[in-house]
This record gives sequence, C-alpha cells and structure tokens, in this order.
Amino acid sequence: MGYTAKFRVWRGTDEDGALNDYDVDVNEGEVVLDVIHRLQATQAPDLAVRWNCKAGKCGSCSAEINGRPRLLCMTRMNTFDQSETVTVTPLRAFPVIRDLVTNVSFNYQKAREVPSFTPPPDLKAGDYRMQQIDVERSQEFRKCIECFLCQDTCHVIRDHEENKPVFAGPRFFIRIAELDMHPLDTLERKHSAQEDYGLGYCNITKCCTEVCPEGIHITDNAIIPMKERVVDAKYDPAFGLFRVLRARSKSTKTMNEQADRAWSLLCSVEAGDVDYASVRSDVEDAMRQAKGVASTGTVLASLEALDHFEAGRLDEAAAEAQASLSWHRSAQERSDAWVTLARVYDAQERPTATVEAIENARRHWPDNPRLRHFGGDERRP
Amino acid sequence: MTQTDHSGPLAAGTGAPGRAHITLRTLRTDRWWVQPAITAGVLFSFVIYATWRAFENAYYYATPYLSPFYSPCVAENCAPGSDDLGRLVGDWYPLSPALLILVFPLGFRMTCYYYRKAYYRSFWLSPPACAVAEPHRTYTGETRAPLILQNSHRWFFYAGLVFNVILTWDALLGFRNSDGDWGHMGLGTVVLLTNATLLWLYSLSCHSCRNTFGGRLKHFSKHPIRYRTWTFVSRLNTRHPLFAWLSLFGVALTDFYIRLLATGTISDPTFF
Ligand code: SF4
Ligand code: SF4
Ligand code: FES
Ligand code: FES
Repeated sequence: MGYTAKFRVWRGTDEDGALNDYDVDVNEGEVVLDVIHRLQATQAPDLAVRWNCKAGKCGSCSAEINGRPRLLCMTRMNTFDQSETVTVTPLRAFPVIRDLVTNVSFNYQKAREVPSFTPPPDLKAGDYRMQQIDVERSQEFRKCIECFLCQDTCHVIRDHEENKPVFAGPRFFIRIAELDMHPLDTLERKHSAQEDYGLGYCNITKCCTEVCPEGIHITDNAIIPMKERVVDAKYDPAFGLFRVLRARSKSTKTMNEQADRAWSLLCSVEAGDVDYASVRSDVEDAMRQAKGVASTGTVLASLEALDHFEAGRLDEAAAEAQASLSWHRSAQERSDAWVTLARVYDAQERPTATVEAIENARRHWPDNPRLRHFGGDERRP
Repeated sequence: MTQTDHSGPLAAGTGAPGRAHITLRTLRTDRWWVQPAITAGVLFSFVIYATWRAFENAYYYATPYLSPFYSPCVAENCAPGSDDLGRLVGDWYPLSPALLILVFPLGFRMTCYYYRKAYYRSFWLSPPACAVAEPHRTYTGETRAPLILQNSHRWFFYAGLVFNVILTWDALLGFRNSDGDWGHMGLGTVVLLTNATLLWLYSLSCHSCRNTFGGRLKHFSKHPIRYRTWTFVSRLNTRHPLFAWLSLFGVALTDFYIRLLATGTISDPTFF
C-alpha cells in the first residue's frame, strides 16, 4: 500500500546547506534509497547521492537517516511510522561534497598507512597450510564492505576533528586485528596499534558495532582483544616475565641438547672410535646451534676447548680450557677442562704440567671417564 | 522548503569546517537518552547503597552468613565469627573492615570493559549515545593518565578470582547452622550460592579472561585445548553485560538480605 511520506533531505555544499522538506510517494517494500531516487526523478533532479549495488554490499550509499548512520539501500521504509518525517543527511564526520555525497578519502589515507599482510619471507605461495579455526577470527573482519559507517559514528573523530591525524578508526582496528590474529603474519602490530594508530583513543563505547551493517563485532572481537594484546606486550610484567622465562628455558634446552651432541661426538674422537674429520661437520653444526642460543660466550668454553684440541689448535684449546676453569663452578666441568689441558700439555711435551693437570682433573672428579685416556695412571700419560 | 537556522553556534565536532552545515547536536528522533539515564540511575543507586553499607560497619554478619561487602573480614574489629581468614590487620585500624578490601571488587568493575562503556556513556557523556555529540571540547580517550590505567584491568581480574574463591567458601560455610554444625541449609545459603555463581559467571566472561585462555594465541590449531577453552569463554563473553548487571544486583541484594537477618528484621527460613 503506497502512501505519501514526509522527507527532509540535506542539500548543499561545503559552503552552505540546509534541510529541505519534500512530500514523496512511497510504495510497499521500498527502501529509503528508492524514495531518494523517486525524489531525483520527480522533484529534485540535481540531488546528489552515491549508490551502486542496492544490496548492502558495496558500501556506497552510507548516509544518516533520522540522525543514525545507515545504508540508504538497507533501511526499509516500513521501519518508520507513516506520519513520521524521515530526515536524510550526508555523513557528518567527513567533508561534504554535495548533498548526500561526502568525501571519505580520510579512510583511504588510513588504509594505506596499515602495512599489508606479511608472511614469512621464505614461505612460498603453495606452502600456506592452516586450518579453518586458525583464520576464523580474521574472516569475520573480511566481511567489511568499507561503508565507513563505523568511522562516521565514532565520536573520537566525529566530535573531534583534531584527532583525525592520530586515530585510524574502528574499520582499521579490525584490519589490524585481522592481521595480528593471522597465523602467518609476521609483523609486530601491537605496539604500533597503540602508538601509531591510536587504539588508546577508543573508549570502547561500541557505537561502531551498533552501526555496522555487516554485524561485525568490532569492539568485542577486534578492539578489546587488540587492547588486551597491547597489555600483553606493554603493561603486563608477569606475562612478560613468563614469556622471557619460557623463551629462556626453550633456548637453554636447545643449547644443552646441541652441546651434548657435539660433546659426545668429540668424546668418541678422543676415545679413538672415529676420526675428527668424519664428524667435523656434525660437530660444527651442533656447536653453531648451541652458540646461537647461548646467553654468553663462556658457557660453552670447555666444549670449544676440546674441539680446538681435536682440530689441532693447541693454543686456542689451552685458552678456552683456562676460560672454562675461571668460569665454571661445577666440579665436573672443571675436571673436564683439566683433562683437555692435560692433553694439550702432553702434546706440547710438558710432562710436569701434564701430571699436574691430571691430578687436578682427578681431584675435581675422580671418576671422570675421560681420565681413562691416560690409562688410569696419573703419573704416566 | 524550510531553511535551517545557521545563526547559532555549530554543534561540537560535527561543525568542523567542510562538513555539512547542520547546527543540531543530533538529528536522532528516538529517545536515545533513556538508556544512559537508566544506567546512570542504577549505577548511582548502587554506589550510594554500597558506600553507605561500607561505612555502616554493622549488620554484616548473621551467623553463618557474611556479607560480600565485608568478605574477607580481616580487621581486628570484625564481628565475632566473621573472620575466617584471620584478623590480618592490627588493631591500629579503626575503620570499617569493608574499606580494606573494597578496592579490589571496585577496581575490577571500574576497569571492566563493559562498565567502562556504561559509565563513559552515562556519566561522562562521551558520547551519551551514538551520533549524539559529546559536550567535551577535547578528547584523548584512554591514551594518558589517569585513563591509561584502565590497562590494569587484568590485575583486578586476577584479584577478582581470589575473591570469588573466598565468596564461594563463604557460601559453603552457609551449610552450617547458627551453632556452627554442618549439614544445614537455609535461604541465606541459596542467596550466597547464587551470588557466588553470578560472580563466577561475571569473571569467566571477562575480556581479559578470554584473552588469557586463548585470545592471545595466533595459531589455534596448535593449541586445541586452549582453543576449546577460548570458545567456551567466548560464548560466555557475549553475555558479559548481562552477567555484569546480574552480579552487581546479586552482591547488593545478598548484602541487603544479610542486613535484614542481622538487624533481626526477618529470620532465615531453614530447609534442614
Ligand atoms: S568503540 Fe571505540 S572505535 Fe568504536 S565507535 Fe566507540 S570509540 Fe570509536
Ligand atoms: S566495519 Fe562495518 S561499519 Fe565499518 S566499514 Fe566495515 S562494514 Fe562498514
Ligand atoms: S548501494 Fe551498495 S551498499 Fe547501498
Ligand atoms: S570484567 Fe568486564 S571485561 Fe573484565
């Protein structure tokens, strides 16, 4: 059933403008955009309005209806009382071009400022493997049609033009969240969310969520989780400590494993089971990995000493063994360093020093299996 | 055709140069002020009631029930029997025991993401409702002190968990009769249990909780158990505002019920 509706439409430019009253016919099942088009066709041929899909999918027809940011094509006329005056204005957070058309380039500027998806550099396109649950959160944000209604309604910039340079707005917070929650994205986005994009300006009053035509839970699923991630990264000493300790214990584990691997290879060289050349690359690899995660250069000194010795670098071997002695407090490590020194002195044909070193080694750890190398007789190497 | 009046000052913000020249603060025609007005009214009443009760320093213990405003009771001047954690604070402390502990639940609710929305809108009018201009000339949100301290929410969340355990224990103590014998139950027990349940629902649906249990992960499929927990907490999280209100009423009504018992206005109906 058709009726005649009262419409007030803002007409004007950035210079000046006003609300204009119109009486216009409405048919059953129509949306506000249909009525605006009828106005164009009948009474206001020069009325400017931006639209495209008429299906709520292109995000072009954003405007404000009775003061609320909405899509013209998705606002049904039957949601209004027939006697009600329907007021239509352009978006009020952005500069107006003419009538209902605004300049939303602020949003394109902000879009360019957010770095795009950055997968690990060595990952090839065909190697992306992930499960649905890994991308579910990000997918909600991909529903965005870029209507910018959320940006328009956000009081941080709607009511405070001066915040525009420092605030990216809800549409870009979901973009940042989308990427930060993506399992393959490698960029640090938590500090920048707060320091570069103004996440802290949002006071989670949820107007963006209220107006989003795609029903994206902007505040609950993007902004608040990002705020929590910022706290993880910046304000939570316990979590920070936990992370450091966990990373430490992980790397300590790697270091110990690799150092043990290198050590046992070198011990079998020492025992004469294999020759150095055949294990050399394995030893080097293990030592490189161990050193990569070692917290200081000295924790691996006794290992390095033995490696130098087996490689024939006697002076370096002696220096590392001495370093190990001055550094390590454990009796076993000291004993091992003394055994290595004994071998160096032996090779240098310094019998007194050799015997002394063996005695020291035995004193620290009488059962050191490496002492067998000296035939169990400390006086006769 | 009518022209809008341009003589008045432009509305805050939306009057910035280049924007459509509209002087009205909002063109909303619905009763947008109802929601913030109700929120402000209810929160204000709660604050008045809680302040009065915290300072009253009386009628908070009706054996075996302890009011949530006074639990744990750790001051020297706690009512006999109400100090199940011990009187940890020396007798130099002369004021109401409630004031010693109130900062924790208060801080928890003040920094809660939902309550922030509620009071920023209803008390600070920032904004009072969507697309209604706020009255402030400048705005920096939560970027600097004091509001940057809202980032401490998770600490209060952790403390809140401790309080939940204590209040649950209080509810279990309610299975005694006034002589301290176990195996009894009265209406007060039900009241305390309901209160504890609502507080647990409120805490478990918290956004910091959601982040802790899995929200901070990037790769859910590598952490199947945390993913399931996160899914569960997320489901509760969608009802966080509801639990926020219910638990607020829960605490106030529980306290009120115990006050009625303690003043002898009514007596606790016992089931067994
Ligand atoms: S929740 Fe934050 S981003 Fe969304 S409208 Fe409110 S202040 Fe703006
Ligand atoms: S998040 Fe929603 S309101 Fe914002 S631009 Fe995207 S679709 Fe529009
Ligand atoms: S015309 Fe495409 S969203 Fe309205
Ligand atoms: S208690 Fe409300 S968000 Fe944490």
